Order: sequence, then C-alpha cells, then structure tokens
Amino acid sequence: MLQKEITLNPDKWIDSYADYLFNYAVVRVNDSDLAKDLVQETFFAGLKSAKNFLGKSTERTWLVSILKRKVIDHYRKINSKKGQAEVRMNFYEDGENEGNWLEERVPQSWNNASEQAIENQELKTQLDVCIDKLPEKYGMVFRMKTIQEFETEEICKELDITASNLWVIVHRARTQLRKCMEDNWFNN
Amino acid sequence: MFKKLHITCDEATTICDKSQYKEASILDIIKLNIHFIGCKICRLYTKQNSKMTGLFKIKSLDCKGKTNCMTNADKDALKKQFEEIRK
Repeated sequence: MLQKEITLNPDKWIDSYADYLFNYAVVRVNDSDLAKDLVQETFFAGLKSAKNFLGKSTERTWLVSILKRKVIDHYRKINSKKGQAEVRMNFYEDGENEGNWLEERVPQSWNNASEQAIENQELKTQLDVCIDKLPEKYGMVFRMKTIQEFETEEICKELDITASNLWVIVHRARTQLRKCMEDNWFNN
Repeated sequence: MFKKLHITCDEATTICDKSQYKEASILDIIKLNIHFIGCKICRLYTKQNSKMTGLFKIKSLDCKGKTNCMTNADKDALKKQFEEIRK
C-alpha cells in the first residue's frame, strides 16, 4: 500500500505549531524571551531547509527536531562560556578529607514547624527563587530531570551529555537548592 | 566482601540522589544502608533530601498543570517577520 507523502505547509506553521514549540522550548530553557527567539529561529531554519524535508515524519516532528538542535546549541554555548564540561563530583574533595563531610557542608537540623508547612504558597515561591538562582545549565538539567520528570537517557541524548555528567549536575543543583532553602526557609 | 560494600560519604550522597529518582540499583541501596549504620550525617542528609524531593514533586505537579503559550501579539510579530523572510 502506498503511504501518503507529507508535504510542508509553512503558511500554517505559526498558527499550528507556535504554541507547541514555545511550550517545548520554555520548559527546557526556562526563559520565555529566549524560547520565543528559539521558536522564531526554528521556523526560519525550517523554511531554509524545506527542500531537505523527506516527508517521512510529520511537519511537527520535523520542526521539533530543528528546535531540539537549537536548544542543544544554546546549551553548548552556555557550556563553552562557563568552561569545560563537568568531569567528576568534587563536593567533598579536600585532600585528606576527600570523600568525607566538610564541616561547613554538614546538613543543619531543620525546624519542625517549617517542615510541616510544605504546601505553603510562600514556600513554593521561595523554592522558585532558589531554582532561579541556579547556574543556567544546572537549572536546565535539574528542571528537565526533576520538574518535568524526563528520563535520564532522554536528557543525555537531547543535551549530548553522559549519564555521570547528568548526575553530577543534578547533585550540585540539589546541593545548592538545599543550602538555599536551608538559609532562607528551614532555618529562618 | 565488606570492603566492596564500604562507601564514602561522597558516594553515599550520590546514591541518595539517584534513589530519589528511583534510579539507584539494589546493590547501591544495600551499600547506602550499611553506610547509614556508621554515619549519622548521611542519614540526616538523606532524610532532608527526601523532604526536598517532596517539595520538588509539588513544584512538578504545579508546572505540569500549566501550558505555556505565545501571546497573539507575539504570533503576529512572528508572522510578520516570517512573511518578510519568505518574500
């Protein structure tokens, strides 16, 4: 049986896919202005490479694959700006103390009343503030893994990082969030 | 045998993080529990880490319930630029 070949219809792209692509991008970059730029670049790139479209996937899938590349490029840009990729965990690296807790990093006891207020709106706001303080790439990986609950494999593929790299980033992000919440909420 | 099951606090916290996402292996969980016997600090860390996970879960449910959309003004501006490029 002959399969119906899919053709591109750029006239309808913005009405049909702008919201979907925007939502896809904003979840990953957590910046609506940047997400708009990435969507715009995706449409422009799609137009430019329309001749390469083979008609084997839907228009939306094809546009998402372009956007995915744009997000990866953005992620790489952040990475190159801030130095080399993470190599290993060094949270407790300190000569002879390596592998042990350092005094300043030992978790403090949290007061019980604040623990009980876990559903409090102010608490959610404080958490947002702490997440926004994370370095951009930590924030991105943390949001994808913890908030959007993507599979490890999926994130690694999408962001072109190894699983151990991902766990280092997740660990550092969680450590910073813990400290931020400890200072601003639990022990406040 | 016991040497293989011994882990540092650094490794224990890594396993603890993975277990928050249900991605730690059974062997890792055993090593972590053995580590807890002699390490109060990691026990406290793990307890608090689980509380943080509860917080993140609430945030996750909040985020999943909302869809981000572009405004009509943004779409119109985008259409305009798109048309110009196509000319």
